[in-house]
Amino acid sequence: MSRNTPRASGYFRTSYAQDFALIQTRFERTALAVFVIALAVFPFLATVFYLDLACQVFLAAVGALSLMLLTGYAGQISLGHAGLIAAGAFTVGILFREFAAPFWLTLPVAAAVGAILGLIFGLPSLRLRGLYLAISTLALYFIVVYVGGEYESTRGFSTGIMVDPPKIGAFALKNARAWYFVLLAAAAATLLICANLLRSRTGRAWRAIRAHEIVAEALGIGVAGYKLSAFVISSAMASVAGALFAYYRGFVSVEAFSLFLSIQYIAMIIIGGMGSLLGALLGALFVTLFPYLIEAVLMKLPNAQSYAGALFAVDYASFGLVMILFLVLEPLGLVGIWRRLQNYFVLWPFKYRPVAGGRK
Amino acid sequence: MQLIVNIVVLASIYALIACGYVLIYRVSRVLNLAHGELMMLGGYLLVMTASMFSGNPLAAIAAAVVLSLVVGVLVYVLLMRKMAGEMVLAAVLTTVALGVLLRGLMLLIWSAQQQYPAEALALSNPALILPGGGRISTFAAAIVFANAFAYGALFLFLQFGRWGVRMRAAGQNPLFAAQRGINLHAVYALAWGLSTLTGSIAGMLIALDSGLTSSMSVIGLKAFPVALVGGLDSLLGALLGAGIVAAAEILSIQYIDPLLSDVVPFLVLIVALVVRPWGLFGTREELDRV
Repeated sequence: MSRNTPRASGYFRTSYAQDFALIQTRFERTALAVFVIALAVFPFLATVFYLDLACQVFLAAVGALSLMLLTGYAGQISLGHAGLIAAGAFTVGILFREFAAPFWLTLPVAAAVGAILGLIFGLPSLRLRGLYLAISTLALYFIVVYVGGEYESTRGFSTGIMVDPPKIGAFALKNARAWYFVLLAAAAATLLICANLLRSRTGRAWRAIRAHEIVAEALGIGVAGYKLSAFVISSAMASVAGALFAYYRGFVSVEAFSLFLSIQYIAMIIIGGMGSLLGALLGALFVTLFPYLIEAVLMKLPNAQSYAGALFAVDYASFGLVMILFLVLEPLGLVGIWRRLQNYFVLWPFKYRPVAGGRK
Repeated sequence: MQLIVNIVVLASIYALIACGYVLIYRVSRVLNLAHGELMMLGGYLLVMTASMFSGNPLAAIAAAVVLSLVVGVLVYVLLMRKMAGEMVLAAVLTTVALGVLLRGLMLLIWSAQQQYPAEALALSNPALILPGGGRISTFAAAIVFANAFAYGALFLFLQFGRWGVRMRAAGQNPLFAAQRGINLHAVYALAWGLSTLTGSIAGMLIALDSGLTSSMSVIGLKAFPVALVGGLDSLLGALLGAGIVAAAEILSIQYIDPLLSDVVPFLVLIVALVVRPWGLFGTREELDRV
């Protein structure tokens, strides 16, 4: 991960192994330890409402990380992310309803379905670029959702499919605290997979493709294969996120996978900051908590009850506004702000950035 | 016969909306994914003017049309101008965000209830019997005529109008156009204004014909494949694409499954992307530019 500013005073990498290490300085290790402890303690202090919020953030993080791999690193735009999440959720719903399949079967199948769909979503990318690719994924999204809706209406689940919580022996995963840890583990595992992919050959190939396809090809990178692999891996992860979502909610319905969900995931990676895993996490946190934040602010206003009906509209409009503000004013997203803050303190008391290379 | 009438009406709706996509794309290479919302806004503007000029439908419609032109220009001046020089994709995502914002605002101001501007204007919508036995509602017929008129006017404007020539020049090569003294910002603003204008007219007529709900922007999104099938930078293509998509949609509703109506345009889109990604009349080099 290239940076123009030093990570800490007096720290220089002297071997490739150091460059690859996930945790590089003692400060980072301490910070991570504190963070992990905070995450572990949180569910024992929080109310059910906050636990639910945290679970939603973790689910969103899995989806956002997978989209970040595809869009932020490999540079392939997808407007159909909600379709893949829907595919995972419906795989669980259908397998559970039709065959009463247990979770250790449905989750891998969901991943496989996601991977296959990813291959299909990715095929146009071999021929189309940029905008046109985004549109083809949008079209595929509509088709996936149509198939889901068709299944619902022909099988008579027009309001949605109920899914029982996953069971291991006699233990059913129903407790909010248990869910917290399961989803935390899922998010952490996704993060680790992404980080490992990105510091290996695959990740470097993706970044090369994003920077310049023709140059990447000239460097001996199999562009077609790596593009497809980005789609397949990202889609499989998104699909698993959808499957977990189905179990967590206990309910699957096409209503939950509107085009707006795709937009929300794109907003997560934009608001978080393109090309950064931290950005995906921050974006997931921000976008998930945003509606609750708006609600809290709105309820603080005088005679709050009279706006209660308009809450959805206010939420929607302000979400659009925030997205526009980030696109126009801070294209690097929350990570950009974070880095600037970091640089400020690292360079303190000097005010200037290092001369070589601007922001990145 | 009725089938043909239905296809023609739907094709006109799609074509009228799609020419907005084409106008903006042709001039500035930006794909306006907020077009469906802008179109819906046109319908709501009519609701607003209808309450002001309730006795005078023509004045209400004229006022709404002028307002929509202003809205389009404002969108460019206040928002899209800032995205000049950014990556095309950032601009496209900005339009997506704009769509979300507009929809939220519209929900906030006009609520999600269905509105009938035709009633507010005391206009009736009798069905006309065509020779050959087809039936068509008055406003549907108006859509067909508005569409024919819009395309005729746009064609003449782009071919012979002073600003039309400027728009084509800016679309072909912005750098040279600017060097020859063409005010690019004015041209882009005009393109946004005209695009919103045509979209809004479609929105108003649909609202008059069948009422207005917040789900109308889906029609705008469905019209998008139309523009792409025909070629994103070709007005003639949009007209032809509208015919193809509308025919495919109506026929599959009739003979296969009514639920397909939302998917068919996108199925056509995928076929088009596989076979001829630059569209029927689009320029081939386009693909590498984006």
